[in-house]
Amino acid sequence: MPFKRYVEIGRVALVNYGKDYGKLVVIVDVVDQNRALVDAPDMVRGQMNFKRLTLTDITIDIPRVPKKKTLIEAMEKADVKTKWENSSWGRKLIVQKRRASLNDFDRFKLMLAKIKRAGVVRQELAKLKKENAS
Amino acid sequence: MAAKRKTPIKTRNPDLIRGVGKYSRSKMYHKRGLWAIKAKNGGVFPRHDPQPKVTATVEKPPKFYPADDVKRPLLNKRKPKPTKLRASITPGTVLILLAGRFMGKRVVFLKQLTSGLLLVTGPFKINGVPLRRVNQSYVIATSTKIDISGVNVDKFDDKYFTKEVVKKKKKNEGEFFEAEKEDKKNLPEDKKEDQKAVDASLLKSIEGVPDLKAYLAARFSLKSGMKPHELVF
Repeated sequence: MPFKRYVEIGRVALVNYGKDYGKLVVIVDVVDQNRALVDAPDMVRGQMNFKRLTLTDITIDIPRVPKKKTLIEAMEKADVKTKWENSSWGRKLIVQKRRASLNDFDRFKLMLAKIKRAGVVRQELAKLKKENAS
Repeated sequence: MAAKRKTPIKTRNPDLIRGVGKYSRSKMYHKRGLWAIKAKNGGVFPRHDPQPKVTATVEKPPKFYPADDVKRPLLNKRKPKPTKLRASITPGTVLILLAGRFMGKRVVFLKQLTSGLLLVTGPFKINGVPLRRVNQSYVIATSTKIDISGVNVDKFDDKYFTKEVVKKKKKNEGEFFEAEKEDKKNLPEDKKEDQKAVDASLLKSIEGVPDLKAYLAARFSLKSGMKPHELVF
């Protein structure tokens, strides 16, 4: 299978290790075979090993090593945030974060809701079975 | 003692370097206002007559001197403080009991007693936990808080929970073989009343929150996949 996501200037990546774990960053330059210069609107531009990054599908149109202002404008134009939050990967991460932050009481309410939903589903299923059997 | 100053007095004669003050003796005389004290007293510095000496009571020499020197233990003036309450535990917090008869029950925290133990109640109608003392170490504090303003817990302290002292009856031979005549001790009526009083206002605030009553009635248990160090309580 060929590669689809390439390391290029403007590629948006997710940090998967280290202090900035979970952040979306943009590759703004390549340092050498193993490292990239990486930038995000809320962090100081710095180098990161490629092994710490997971490439996403999103790219933005920027010159090499743009100023912070241009970077932010380009991210707004490409609408990185909404594209990420609507992608299935992004949505999964949001759900994971929400589940991890659940309170003990929230987990109880969740259990009640699951039981209720299962009950409704089972009732409908029973109805359909009866119709089918007759 | 004269009235205590609210702020500690700062010296009127700051040090230039250690041992050398900024102002000379004559300047300090003026700064301290000794001239004003003298003037108030008619040109002379006020003198107080020495206080009468209190004659010490004559101690009689002891009748007995012990032959060996006996070591006396050192004086211990330590006053133990009540256990520091975790910041996450505030009045009205829902706690999870981790040990004992009510292990796993979710319970409402009322106050910390002077012994350091936590006063806690079920409420009794919801989960069967009465007014009870519980150690802070055997408790998980959740972040769920209940409004506890309607409850008056002033009358409860450690003495309320001590066991009643029962005088032992002397058994004669005949009674050795009889089964214990005393039936199970029933809770005195006033303790039941106290429980009802505390729980009445609590129940109102609990019923105000949806699902909270069922939550308190249920027990907590670790299920598959739950990692305690990752759970947010």
